[in-house]
Amino acid sequence: MEQGPAGGPAAAVAAAGVLVPLSESEQQRYSELFSRCCPPPEAAAGGSSVGELFRASQLPPDTLHQITEVCGAKRVGYFGPAQFYIALKLIAAAQSGFPVRIESIKNELPLPRFMALKNDSEVRYGTPAELHGVKFQTPHATLEKNSYKRTDEGDKQEPKSPPMSPICSPPASPSTYQRIPLTYGYGKSRSGLEQQHGAPYEVRHPTHQQDGSSSGNYGAKPALACSTLSRSLSVEREQPDSSAHYSDDPWRITEEQRDYYVNQFKSLQPDLNSFISGSVAKNFFTKSKLPIPELSHIWELSDVDCDGALTLPEFCAAFHLVVARKNGYQLPETLPETLLPDYLQAASLKPLRECALFDSYSEPLPGSQPTRDFSRMEKTSAEEVSDNSALIKDMSKDDKQAPKGSSAVKAIPKEFQHLTVKTAAQEPHALKARPRSRSYSSTSIEDAMKKGEEPPTPPPRPQKSHSRASSLDLNKIFQQNTQAVRSGWLPPPPPALPPRPSVSQTEQVSEVELHAQMNRPPSQTEENSSAKKEVVLAQPPSKPARRKLRTEVQGLETPELSPTINVTSSLPAAKSHLPVQKQSSKQKRAIQTAIRKNKEANAVLARLNSELQQQLKEVHKERIALETQLEQLRPVTVL
Amino acid sequence: METGIICHRPQNYPLYIRSVPTENELKFHYTVHTSLDVVDEKISAMGKAMVDQRELYLGLLYPTEDYKVYGYVTNSKVKFVMVVDSSNTALRDNEIRSMFRKLHNSYTDIMCNPFYNPGDRIHSRAFDNMVNSMMMQVC
Repeated sequence: MEQGPAGGPAAAVAAAGVLVPLSESEQQRYSELFSRCCPPPEAAAGGSSVGELFRASQLPPDTLHQITEVCGAKRVGYFGPAQFYIALKLIAAAQSGFPVRIESIKNELPLPRFMALKNDSEVRYGTPAELHGVKFQTPHATLEKNSYKRTDEGDKQEPKSPPMSPICSPPASPSTYQRIPLTYGYGKSRSGLEQQHGAPYEVRHPTHQQDGSSSGNYGAKPALACSTLSRSLSVEREQPDSSAHYSDDPWRITEEQRDYYVNQFKSLQPDLNSFISGSVAKNFFTKSKLPIPELSHIWELSDVDCDGALTLPEFCAAFHLVVARKNGYQLPETLPETLLPDYLQAASLKPLRECALFDSYSEPLPGSQPTRDFSRMEKTSAEEVSDNSALIKDMSKDDKQAPKGSSAVKAIPKEFQHLTVKTAAQEPHALKARPRSRSYSSTSIEDAMKKGEEPPTPPPRPQKSHSRASSLDLNKIFQQNTQAVRSGWLPPPPPALPPRPSVSQTEQVSEVELHAQMNRPPSQTEENSSAKKEVVLAQPPSKPARRKLRTEVQGLETPELSPTINVTSSLPAAKSHLPVQKQSSKQKRAIQTAIRKNKEANAVLARLNSELQQQLKEVHKERIALETQLEQLRPVTVL
Repeated sequence: METGIICHRPQNYPLYIRSVPTENELKFHYTVHTSLDVVDEKISAMGKAMVDQRELYLGLLYPTEDYKVYGYVTNSKVKFVMVVDSSNTALRDNEIRSMFRKLHNSYTDIMCNPFYNPGDRIHSRAFDNMVNSMMMQVC
């Protein structure tokens, strides 16, 4: 490693025998920084001031280690101008996401960004384009400084201060953007937050007590503090997150933010796996005092499935957007990738698992288990959604797991119900088609029948049900048929339904069919909704509860689904070992009865048809008679 | 060449107007306004018949020498009116239907937003984008 020319800035720095060109602005900036670090004109920069500066770059300590190594200061023992310049360039590279290597600094890089230290609060480093980033980093830096000094007090006072605009950095500065985004007077959350964040601060201080090696003095964000405590896995994950967060991705949700959002969600809706309704969310977000059009836009962005309700990831995304807007960010036109519900749900697994290690995060722990189950089951059920038979197995499997499972036995069927609703709803087609069919369908029976007629052929319905038990409610058929005939068209025979006598078993199967139909690819949602209605309508005595729900067609499918799913889950649990052969023989019998009844219905309809034809003939005859009379009575036709 | 508009039922004031291209806009607005009468007439003719999606589409309201006007009404009596150029013969009925369906879908999405008060003008960017893309597709 050769030293560059000492004294004055050099146009190029030689390092490891490779010339690294410096641009004009870089030269200027680096010399500025160098002179700051070693005020008396020495050849070498003071180690402590350099350390401070490096800390201010907000890079993780490992990276800073690497940088000092690569630039040669460790070998040489001090920071000469060459080493310093190389180090600065490496810092810039690291902040842009490049690996810390000599090769990476050969390219043009943006200037390295350093946090404004408390003493130099007016000095802003970095390009003007980073202004937004700097706004965030400033309160963080001041906070860092404060925390170094106030080791004993902890930072319990920090969360209490109401957040002002992040640009002002008084000692009572707002908590960092990263930690506690903003409290809009949501008083309940503060105590929870303090518990959570008091501990990490305590945890961090001991690490800073270690002196001597520069590594201990390098700045550590709370995420990094946690990482130094636990395994390196989290470090690798946190590094891109934290650096990405600070460098150019304000749309990434960090751990504390996520916990805060989850707590807020809990305060609105105790069940983590269910929705927050629109009106509740509206009141909540209105408290943030953002203008209504912006809130409206945030809602549009975050409510991905457009159902008027927010699930946990959607809520986190919306909250994050509100926070960003409050901090001065412009709202994006489309939802950033890191705020998508799928991304958030996948990401919610890992951090919660790791947080289980820390005492400070004891609160989210109980929440993490159901969340983990939720996502696990979501994955399994998402795969099997398209396959009905597998779905049946899944249900029985899940219910078997439930007694074995650790916590939330009752929660699992409910979770599953929400899962199926949400996973079905999350399918891209279902996004549009499902609510549409809901809104367009009306309450009348005729319309249900009409919709049943539209799809290609009615007979596919028995196939859908996998040739299980079926029977017809003749009364209903006659009623419907006569009505239909009066309105001018013949409806198809209603779908196969379980026979009344063998209610218990076929109940389950019909529930399964319902369930299966719920999760069917949405190209047949209209069919399904009509089929569902017909299934229910044809079974009034056996399913009064379901019928009640069905009559309010405009309601969401979730409430409709819940009692059915609950019944379903209880039934398979009760009959966990139903032999398949019994089912098939019963099904055969049921099919035969269905065939017989269909034939009877056919006969009835044929009779009706012939009667009507008769009437038609008579009417024709009358008409002809009248016409001939008219001809006779009319005077001679005019030419 | 093409204009879309949505009108709220009781007072029949527009919630959303968009024209492509933007000249002759006044003429389109006038056309749409006058066609509201035709829409009302059709609605009252439907009368006791139950509302069905197929009947939501009102079809060609009336053709003039330059352009054709299509109508569509939702369950909640919100009217969509579309004016297209007659020279654009490539537009078939099915396409018009699908365009109305897309409009209706986007409209329900807007309704799902709790911050939207029914009767307000529609400022949703998603809706704008959808309408723009639809119009670009046609013209």
